[in-house]
Amino acid sequence: MAIQSPTVDIAAALVRPTVASASRGYWPSVGRRLRRDPVTLICAGVLLLVVLSSIAAPLLGLADPYKTSMIRRLYPLGSPSHLLGTDELGRDMFARLIYGGRLSLFMGVMPVLCALLIGGALGITAGFVGGKVNMAIMRVMDVFYAFPSVLLAISLSGAMGAGTENTLLSLTLVFIPPICRVSESVTTQVRGFDFVDAARASGASALTIVRVHVLGNVLGPILVYATSLISVAIILAAGLSFLGLGVKPPEPEWGLMLNTLRQAIYVNPVLAALPGVMIFITSICFNLMSDGLRAAMDVKA
Amino acid sequence: MDSLLPLEDRGGPAQPLLLATGLRKHFPVAGGLLGRSRKVVRAVDDLSLSVAKGETLGVVGESGCGKSTVARLLIRLIKPDRGTMVLDGDPVDEPHGITVNELRRQVQMVFQDSYASLNPRLTIAETLAFAPKAHGLPAAEARARVRDLLDKVGLDPANYAERYPHELSGGQRQRVNIARALALRPRLVILDEAVSALDKSVEAQVLNMLVDLKTELGLTYIFISHDLNVVQYLSDRVLVMYLGKIVELGSVEAIYGNPQHPYTRALLSARPSMDPRRRTKEAPIQGDPPNPIDPPSGCRFRTRCPFAEDVCTRVEPPLADIGTQAVACHMRVVGSGHSKAATP
Amino acid sequence: MLLYALRRLLYLVPVAFGVSLLVFALVHLAPGDPISAIVPPDAPHEVDDKLKEYYGFDKPLPVQYFRWLAVTLTGDLGTSIGTGRPVAAEVASAFGNTIILAIAATLFAFSLAVFLGTSAAYAKSRIVDRLVTMISLMGVSVPHFWLAIVLVIVFSVEMGVLPPMGIGPENSTGWRLDWPHLKHMILPTIALSVIPLGVVTRTVRSTVKETLSMEFVTALQAKGMRDDQILRHVLKNAAPTCLAVMGLQAGNLIGGSILIETVFAWPGTGFLLNSAIFRRDLPILQGTTLVLAGFFMLLNLTVDIIQTMVDPRIKRG
Repeated sequence: MAIQSPTVDIAAALVRPTVASASRGYWPSVGRRLRRDPVTLICAGVLLLVVLSSIAAPLLGLADPYKTSMIRRLYPLGSPSHLLGTDELGRDMFARLIYGGRLSLFMGVMPVLCALLIGGALGITAGFVGGKVNMAIMRVMDVFYAFPSVLLAISLSGAMGAGTENTLLSLTLVFIPPICRVSESVTTQVRGFDFVDAARASGASALTIVRVHVLGNVLGPILVYATSLISVAIILAAGLSFLGLGVKPPEPEWGLMLNTLRQAIYVNPVLAALPGVMIFITSICFNLMSDGLRAAMDVKA
Repeated sequence: MDSLLPLEDRGGPAQPLLLATGLRKHFPVAGGLLGRSRKVVRAVDDLSLSVAKGETLGVVGESGCGKSTVARLLIRLIKPDRGTMVLDGDPVDEPHGITVNELRRQVQMVFQDSYASLNPRLTIAETLAFAPKAHGLPAAEARARVRDLLDKVGLDPANYAERYPHELSGGQRQRVNIARALALRPRLVILDEAVSALDKSVEAQVLNMLVDLKTELGLTYIFISHDLNVVQYLSDRVLVMYLGKIVELGSVEAIYGNPQHPYTRALLSARPSMDPRRRTKEAPIQGDPPNPIDPPSGCRFRTRCPFAEDVCTRVEPPLADIGTQAVACHMRVVGSGHSKAATP
Repeated sequence: MLLYALRRLLYLVPVAFGVSLLVFALVHLAPGDPISAIVPPDAPHEVDDKLKEYYGFDKPLPVQYFRWLAVTLTGDLGTSIGTGRPVAAEVASAFGNTIILAIAATLFAFSLAVFLGTSAAYAKSRIVDRLVTMISLMGVSVPHFWLAIVLVIVFSVEMGVLPPMGIGPENSTGWRLDWPHLKHMILPTIALSVIPLGVVTRTVRSTVKETLSMEFVTALQAKGMRDDQILRHVLKNAAPTCLAVMGLQAGNLIGGSILIETVFAWPGTGFLLNSAIFRRDLPILQGTTLVLAGFFMLLNLTVDIIQTMVDPRIKRG
């Protein structure tokens, strides 16, 4: 759950054409290489399954994930009526794990997406404009960098109080600085290329240059980096809920389920560990997908 | 779009196309406790030049002497600390003159690194159409112009327009770079080591093409290179730079036939000779250029000059007109105090 | 070198200022006003106002900030609302426990990571490389607080060999270097070390591999140098990158330990922070965050300076 050192070197990838000579555009060739990568395809498949089933959960004929039952508490795995048993309040585990994907995935993907928009825009601006603007933006980011990411998320959530919105807000704040830093460094690298100077010499406006010449070259690395943050975000969001700072009960959410099931570790240990397995699987898949994307886009990190 | 038609000559043939006076660029060097020391790299120091319409001005000098900075100053990719520029009678970036953008319509540049100067994500057609489109040319006209440009630089549009830079050879890429510089129909093209990275055979082809384009389009060139032979072949006048300053300036015949500055002579005698009887016996110039952060006092060349005397340390020699050419050396200034100088 | 260190230290001043602003803002992010946490809802208005005046909450925010900053700079972090003890004292005792755990986890993770990463980079067989890659992937993907629970289930609940929580035997007041205390450390250390283990293994593997493919290694081999001598050259070249990543990980470990300490009821800063959040003990929340961020900053500074000393390519001007 640690945000890794965001040093990305795209200069090499830009200058040295590694795309096979028969290739046409950049993105089609990325797509083709992704299609030839079985690990990434499998991970994408698993994630798709988790996402689709959680979205379509009401249509799957599952038990009611909110329906408690005092007599059916902590049924073991493989019970005839409850395939994966029941939780500490007698709710069906299978249904709760599937429904749990909704909030858990949302809390993982959404903050990274928001941070990608805000941090990316800030970073590209800082990198392209340079000078004092760069100083101002990056020094503010440095302040956020002075906190370990988990501490920042917990302190912010702790101060603002539990709840989905607050968690989203604090996680977004946690992920803006690293994305901004990567965007800034990548943009600064691209800006140093002569083709940007040539574009400036043509008298085009800064916005046009960024749109045509910068975005196409920096989006790949930034996207790759952002996908690598999704798994961090999923674990971090689950961690916040686990501490009681995220999603509030009785919503099904994997981190929160881990928390409430802790009382069951002596009675039904396997059951208590189940939600973590879901977090683990999605997190692995996002990490492998990000690696595959990185390889396909030929980003050195 | 009439704004993208070739620009008319306005001031008549006698008026210089570009006149730069007292250009100076010092780059601050990071250092010191707070990261802002007073140390600067004196990349270009009080440099003045003029380019006549239709001529080719060659700029030579060792690497690191500020040649590329001059190029970027002239097209305003970097802002000079000091100095003025006048383009065909219009002061640049001044209240009653033309804007930097208008300057860039008329002055374009070809960069040295043919790969780094092409966006790897864009096709050749997209790269060439970028500037015309940015100036408001409709898509159809831009397409036509791309075809025309590729034709001009000897690349078959049907074959090359949709390719990506990495699918071209170095020579082809440099042709594309030249085409891009011509896309706005400029009057002055600055060629910054534009052929230096090419194989010799390809270099010759591109040079010939440049000569043809110049007559065809009525262009003026500033040709920057460290290759003295190429400069001699292409230029009408030659400017020799040393550590951000002009040391000698004159017609190509004068500079190559009768060089006056010791540095120019050293450069020229360092050329490999095709004649075995005129073999270079000893290195004509010793050592590396001094650090431009802290250039020598007086004449900047004195640390490597075999004729350096006391006066060279104390007084900076002015660029003096000696008839055929201008030279910045105390030996050529009457009454300068140098033992080889004529006395008044 | 000294100049570089000094410059870095100076550069830290504005960042530290920003950090203090952010930490100060934490209290004001809290819903309602900070007083409501201490005052019972049915208290008369006068009490409310008196307390506000006492704590200075009636002043405008900038005034409050600079007063708070001035007091904080003297080392006074305020008083805990929950226990009534000085925040500085509470944080100090917890901080020690956190550091002990962090050091153990750091040592464990880094030594294992260097070994695994180097052997993977050197491995002739793909199986070793694959295995190490798998381990590092697991490390960066596992929710470590879940792993902590699993460890408790396996080693405490099922096997009963290691204690599930606490810093030591029941009547223990603090950490001591003896077997019963060490036994309590084993599970938290493992749980805490998985993330840095994964990240650092990955970095070591790729950096060593990249260095091995450099031409100077071929030159050394051509000169007939022994493999173990070459390894020294390789590690020396790979060190700066790895050190940078390790430094960041060591710092993040402090953050990560919040969750682990909660699972194991380890009386460190994380545990303190967590309980402070639930008692809405804002001075403790503020104080702990400030101390941890300050520590993280100094750690980063140290790593930075060490890195410059190790890597001759970085300018020290």
